[in-house]
Amino acid sequence: MLADTKTVTAGAAGGESGEAMVRPAQPYWNPYVAGFGLGLVLLASFVIMGRGLGASGAFSSLVVAGSNAIAPEHTRANQFYAEYLGDGSKSPLMDWLVFEVIGVLVGGLISGTLAGRVRSGIDRGPAISNRARLFYAFGGGGIMGIGAKLARGCTSGQALTGGALLNAGSWAFMMAVFAGAYAMAYFVRRQWQ
Amino acid sequence: MNAPFFKFGLFGENVSLIVAFLIGIGFGFFLERAGFGSARKLTAQFYFTDLAVFKVMFSAIITAMIGLFYLGWMGVLDLSLVYLTPTFMLPQVVGGLLLGVGFVVGGYCPGTACVGLATGKIDALVNLLGIFAGILVFGELFPFVEAFYTATPMGQVTLPQIMNIPYGVVVFAVILMAVGGFAGATRVEKAMAKRKEVQPS
Repeated sequence: MLADTKTVTAGAAGGESGEAMVRPAQPYWNPYVAGFGLGLVLLASFVIMGRGLGASGAFSSLVVAGSNAIAPEHTRANQFYAEYLGDGSKSPLMDWLVFEVIGVLVGGLISGTLAGRVRSGIDRGPAISNRARLFYAFGGGGIMGIGAKLARGCTSGQALTGGALLNAGSWAFMMAVFAGAYAMAYFVRRQWQ
Repeated sequence: MNAPFFKFGLFGENVSLIVAFLIGIGFGFFLERAGFGSARKLTAQFYFTDLAVFKVMFSAIITAMIGLFYLGWMGVLDLSLVYLTPTFMLPQVVGGLLLGVGFVVGGYCPGTACVGLATGKIDALVNLLGIFAGILVFGELFPFVEAFYTATPMGQVTLPQIMNIPYGVVVFAVILMAVGGFAGATRVEKAMAKRKEVQPS
């Protein structure tokens, strides 16, 4: 399955695509322009909803919905899961963040399509195999899932949202994310460089 | 005009889900525009070769922060009705360290993994499966970690409150820090590009 997937190279590399039929990918936007747009979306969320953005909370709802479908008693007995179940009157999937994350998928697809950046592949450096890259992707995801739950949010719900609100815990979280990533970067450099 | 609109009952729960979907589209669009559907682009931040993560994140933060400050100051937006996640300092710092480690190992953070998946990255899909697994592990172990999860509670608290400095002053200081950071980041990128030219890998 993995043998026929091409490696996707980042950024400007879209322009050097080997396939003549594929429209070359456009360059990414200036980071300040993209950041300004992102900030306006975040501000709109504050003004319209009274809450910020998120991502990992939607994944929790999905995990809890799955767990509830397979083992309802076990799920209800767990205090962490129970919070996502609420009073049980509606599915945990009828949740604001779940709908927001569906939007993120659509928005990413729209932008990617318009820029000619949607193509199947595995994003990695030249010095690592596809199999090893996927192994790291899964392991890193696992660590991130635990970290996000422990911190009550991820880069979206804590760093971005709490950052703009000057939330004390979010700023401590943000510094910790950068510290953790920089401390670990050396040990996984082969994956990217 | 009274904002947040939802909190003033301008629309109900069902409409709020449509709003969520539309806001999500904007969120995903700008993340992808910035290049955050690519793990290599994202992780370049941690090797100092491309500091777009820092630049995008802080331009977004200061944009929304300035907007919140002025809308609150003009009395359009009631800031006390904007949800503030309560601070639990110790688990948040440890969770942040773990998330940072997971970020550079896995290549994405939860939101950007969605954008990676939307643009066809198989590693982003596998990363998302890993996140689900991590959440499940956390959930199953919750009875054992609950004491730590609720340790060092500080309530809903902001930097101006904790430091006892006026809101506007902190806003101004964050802007100054961000702008200084942007200039520094560009210098670092240039220095790294030069180094690469001198010693090709």
